[in-house]
Order: sequence, then structure tokens, then C-alpha cells
Amino acid sequence: MEISGTNPVAVRTEKVSRHYQMGEALVRAVDGISIDIRSGEFVALLGASGSGKSSLLNLVAGLDRPTSGAVTVHGNNLAALSREQLAKYRLHTVGMVFQSFNLIPSMSLLENVELPMRFAEVDRRERSALARQSLERVGLSGRLSHRPMELSGGEQQRASLARALINRPKLLLADEPTGNLDSRTGTEIMELIRSFNQSLGMTIVMVTHEQALAEKYAGRMLHLADGKLVNDLSKDGVRGTSSEPMQAPGPGGKTQ
Amino acid sequence: MKLYDVADLAVRNLRESIFRNSLTTIGISVGVASLVAMLSLGIGLQQLASRRLQKSGLFDTVVATSRRDLRNFREQREEGPPPAESPSLDEPARIKIAQIPGVVEAYPDIRFVTDVRVDDKPHLTMVAGIPFSARNNNDAFDAMQGSFFSSDEAAEVILQKSFAEELLGITPKPDADNTNLADLAKPLLGKQLTMRYAERASAPSSPSLGPSNSAAYSVVSRQQALKIVGLTDLDPDSLRGMARARVFLPLRLAQDLHIMQSNLRDTSASDSPSYTSLSVRVQNPNQVPAVEDAIKKMGFSAFSIVDATRSMRQFFAVLDGFLAIFGSLALAVASIGIVNTLVMAILERRREIGIMKAIGASDADVRGLFFAEAGAMGLVGGAVGVTLGWAIGRLINFGMNIYLERQHFPSAQIWSVPLWLVLSAIGFSIVVSLLSGLYPASRAARLDPVQALRYE
Repeated sequence: MEISGTNPVAVRTEKVSRHYQMGEALVRAVDGISIDIRSGEFVALLGASGSGKSSLLNLVAGLDRPTSGAVTVHGNNLAALSREQLAKYRLHTVGMVFQSFNLIPSMSLLENVELPMRFAEVDRRERSALARQSLERVGLSGRLSHRPMELSGGEQQRASLARALINRPKLLLADEPTGNLDSRTGTEIMELIRSFNQSLGMTIVMVTHEQALAEKYAGRMLHLADGKLVNDLSKDGVRGTSSEPMQAPGPGGKTQ
Repeated sequence: MKLYDVADLAVRNLRESIFRNSLTTIGISVGVASLVAMLSLGIGLQQLASRRLQKSGLFDTVVATSRRDLRNFREQREEGPPPAESPSLDEPARIKIAQIPGVVEAYPDIRFVTDVRVDDKPHLTMVAGIPFSARNNNDAFDAMQGSFFSSDEAAEVILQKSFAEELLGITPKPDADNTNLADLAKPLLGKQLTMRYAERASAPSSPSLGPSNSAAYSVVSRQQALKIVGLTDLDPDSLRGMARARVFLPLRLAQDLHIMQSNLRDTSASDSPSYTSLSVRVQNPNQVPAVEDAIKKMGFSAFSIVDATRSMRQFFAVLDGFLAIFGSLALAVASIGIVNTLVMAILERRREIGIMKAIGASDADVRGLFFAEAGAMGLVGGAVGVTLGWAIGRLINFGMNIYLERQHFPSAQIWSVPLWLVLSAIGFSIVVSLLSGLYPASRAARLDPVQALRYE
């Protein structure tokens, strides 16, 4: 999807940092990142292991709170939300998929997909119908009563996508969604994610360390290193919409 | 989350580790069972004691006396008219008293010391009239030998055990208090007994003295043959203390014989004697004070010893308290089991909690889930425990009755599980379980999803 400069901003981070203490050392997992992601963009967060891409994703997901700076999603300053409001935000605004699928093993696929709707207090009959639809959409209509362990990795990731979409979020956050899959099933999953982006206009933020995957599917690539944004490139080579000037990472990532 | 969903997920989670949760639930049920067994015995003993006391007539009886009685001249502290002007405790007054709400019956006390002969041997003893209703509400007649009076006018007597022993010439040994009542009854039941008494007969009316001379009467010596029909071990006359009777005859018969009593003072016509005292039996010990007041308002003296039940109730409240504390100890141990089980469940389901939070569960959802699991274990443990406690109490009751039977005591229900005990035991179990779930639930709710989801 072409990036439209006129689309409203879906995600904005302003000098956001997430530091934590690990023994004696202060780890700057995210260190002053400012980005704007427009509605409908497909963004890949790239970087080596420990570069802070997952930490940044968690901040946008509302699973974690920044040490400093602000994260605003569709006008909501996440830092200003209470724990209860943050849970509502995760429930309604964000859908998440993970590298390890994170389905609940004791529940069938249908029950797993229904689970967010239980938290959203959707009526029993309605949520069953919606969950069936959602599983159908990812091609799992024949596996409703299977438990996750009875399925292949690709199928589990499809189910987890079905769950992420069930409450019709505006934002899909994917943390290495193909990390545990072989390349063929990985491609299938990526095609599904792309279809959500294109047909539903859903904003996608995907963490990956595979440059090729990012180049193939994402419209924009944000490179992170040592908790800092080091490169922001659109697919056509155009600079991204980040409000801050790019900085090369200094030695040891200590430059600000 | 909706309540249904919370319950549904909680039950599902409990089923997932059914073995561990079952063990925890068994722990709770053992705790509840010990509590219920203890309290059921406490309540049973209390009911047994109050049943005994109620049947003894100590707590449901008000004694009404006339203030004209000389004995009352000394104590003039009661309100009401002075003794000389107070009404006569005669038959109309008795009927009026019997109509006070809550009063079951009001009957005159007839007792007199007289000579009783069996096989021509004289025995001096106190004789008392017993109302026919005592058959059902005096437990002295529950475990008697022979039978109660065939009617309220039958020429029959029931003997107290000590009098039977006297008749048979048995000296009771002080250490062995259980001479078999049946052995005493064998030679005595059906035997004739002759009671000598003084009949108070109306004086022939003398026109010269006029109707005002109603106090005149003559005393005629008479005797009455009576058949021994029953023998009782317990004392049916325990309210009387020193004036205890050992021979009992039907009240109606005693009245019809017009026996001259030392305490029966005749101030009116001989056909309508005035009684010095009436026993007023009340439906329920709670009504005693009201009946007492009503009788006092009519101008008579009244007394009861209902206050004694209060100290008895207090004793049983303390006893029940102790039993409950001991019973609760096991439940306290069980509650630690709940904490342990749920904390284990948090460690085990760390990732699951993280997932739920990531997909939108609030702290309250997670907390509610763990709470519901604790509550469900409490509910099931409580229900199983009540059943178990009921069975244990029953077993103890059964064993105790075998023991009582061997000791030649009448069997007794020393165990009782009222509905309120069932409900409050289950309720208590749920509350204890929820309190135990408090810490694990809040710990689960506070779990950091990022930490919980970190790939291991």
C-alpha cells in the first residue's frame, strides 16, 4: 500500500525511552525514539537481537510504560491511561501476534479466538459466530475444536491472527510472526497480514530481523540499534516521516 | 468479564489440574467437616439439655400464689394491692389465668403428707397430684416402668424410685446408683396401695350462722385404694425442692377427693376453694416473663426461674465457641492449602496470565478469575465438608448411644445439624476460601505481561 502523506497519524512516539536496571547496569532498551506511523501503513521494525524493537513494540501495545517520552495511538496518550484503561486499549485498539503464537493450550481454537470477546463482554452466541467467521477467514474452519498442540505452527499462527482480529482493532502489532515458521508457511502468514493491511486498511507494525521479509511486505522500514532509530526508509527509498533527524549510532550507543 | 464467563473459565482452570485442586478441596472439606461435627455436637447437647430442662418444668412454669397468703405478709415489696385486698386465687381466677395468651394450662398444686400402706405396713410420705398433661411433657415419664395413669380420674398411683426402694426394704448403696428400675417394678406393679387422708367436708349449713359462715367445714378421715401402675426413676417433681413428693396420683382424682391440705386455706364456700398456689405452664420459656407480668397485674404473686436458662445459654454459647475454634483450626490449615494451590497456579499459568493481559484482560478480570477459583473450591469443599461432618456427627451419636445403652441410660440425640449450620458452614467455607484467594488473586492481577510473555 502506498503511504499516503495525508492519512492521520496512527502511532506517534515522542522521545520515548524505556530503561531498566539489570543488576548494576542500566539497560537502555529504547532510548529516545520519535516516530510517526500513519494510519494504514505497513511498518517493519528491523534490527539485531537486543536492538530494542520488541521493547518499542511493547510500549506501543500498551503492555509496558515508557521511562520517559510519550506514546500516542489514535490520539490516546498511553502514559495518561490507568491500568484499567490500558487494558481496554489493548482489548479494542490493538491486536497482537507473537513469535511463539501464545495460544492458551487448554482451550480449543474457537475458545482461544473467543477469549478477547469474553473480556469485551460480548454475548455468548454472538461471539461464537464471530470467532467462527474469523477462523474461516484464516482458513481454519475445519479445526475449530482442536487444541493448539494438535496443530502445525502455521496453523497456530493463523489462529493467533484470527484472535488478534476478533475485536476489529485499528492496529496490528506482530512480534516476529514468522520466527518459528518455515519459509513457506511464513510466506502464507505474511500474505495474510498483507491482506489485512490492504483490504481492511489496518495499520501494521511488525518486528522482524529478516531484511528480505521486511523489504517484500513492509511499506516502510525502521532500523533500530542499541535502542535508537538509525534508519527510516520507505520502500521506494524515500525518507520516512520521522520528526527527528537520523543519527548514526555512536560507539556503545551512548550518543543521544 | 461477565459473571458467567468468570465462572466458566474458573471451572475450566480448576479442571485442568484436577488432582491438585481436588486435594486442596478435600483439605477444605475436612476443615468444614470438623467444624460441622464439633458444632453439631455442641448444638445437639444444648438442645438435649434445654429439652430436659423444659420437660422438668423449671423454665416453662410460673407459680402463681395469692397475696393473701400469710407468707406474703412479710414481704410487701411487690406492687399491686395490699394482701388483704388482693383477689382470691380461686377457680374463676384459675380459669382467667389459663386464658392468658401463651398459657397452656393452669392447675392447682395439691400435695399433702399422709400415710400410705402397702401390705399393711405404713409409710409416711408426701403425695402430689400430677396433671394428665405431664404424660407428654414431663420427661420423668419418658423412661418409666409400667404406664402412666389410664385417665385423669383413675385410682392409680405412680411411685418414685426411692419410695419403691423403701417399700421393698432396699437400702440403696451410695456408690451404685443404678439399681435396675425394672427389677424394682416387677414386684410392685399392679399391687394395691391404701392411702389414708383427711377429707374436708362442707359443714351442714346452719341458718343461725348465715351464709357468711362459709369457712366452716368438718374433717373426715377416709382411705382410698389405689393401684400401682408405674415407677419412675427421674424426679417428676423437681421444682419443689424440699417438698418433693414420692407418690403421685392423677390431679383430677386428688381434687375430687377433697383432701384437706395444710396449705389450702378456705376463705370462701367449700365448693369453690381458694388455692394458695397454681402451676401455670407456658408454651415457650420466652413467654414466661409476659405471663408472669399478666398474673401480677391480676393481683397475684408470681415467680419463675427463667433467668436460669440465660446462664445455661451462656454456658452453651461459650462451649459452642470453643468447639467452633477447634473446628476452625482445620479450616485455617486448609486455607493455607488454598493459598499454596493458587500461588502454584500463578507460577504455572504465568504465561497464560500474560497472554490474557496482552489480548485485553484487565487486572480485575484476572483477579476475578482467581477469586472465582478460590470461591469454587470453597463452595465444593464446604458442601462436601458439611456432608462429611454430618456423617461424623451421626457416627459419634450412634457410638454414644451404644455406650449409653450399656450404662442403662435412655438413648439421646446428642447431635443436631440445623439448616442454619449447613448454610453458614458453606458460607464460612466460601468466605475463608475467598480470603485465602485475596493474596494470590492480587498477585496474579499485578503480574507484568511483558515479563510473563518473555520467551523462555
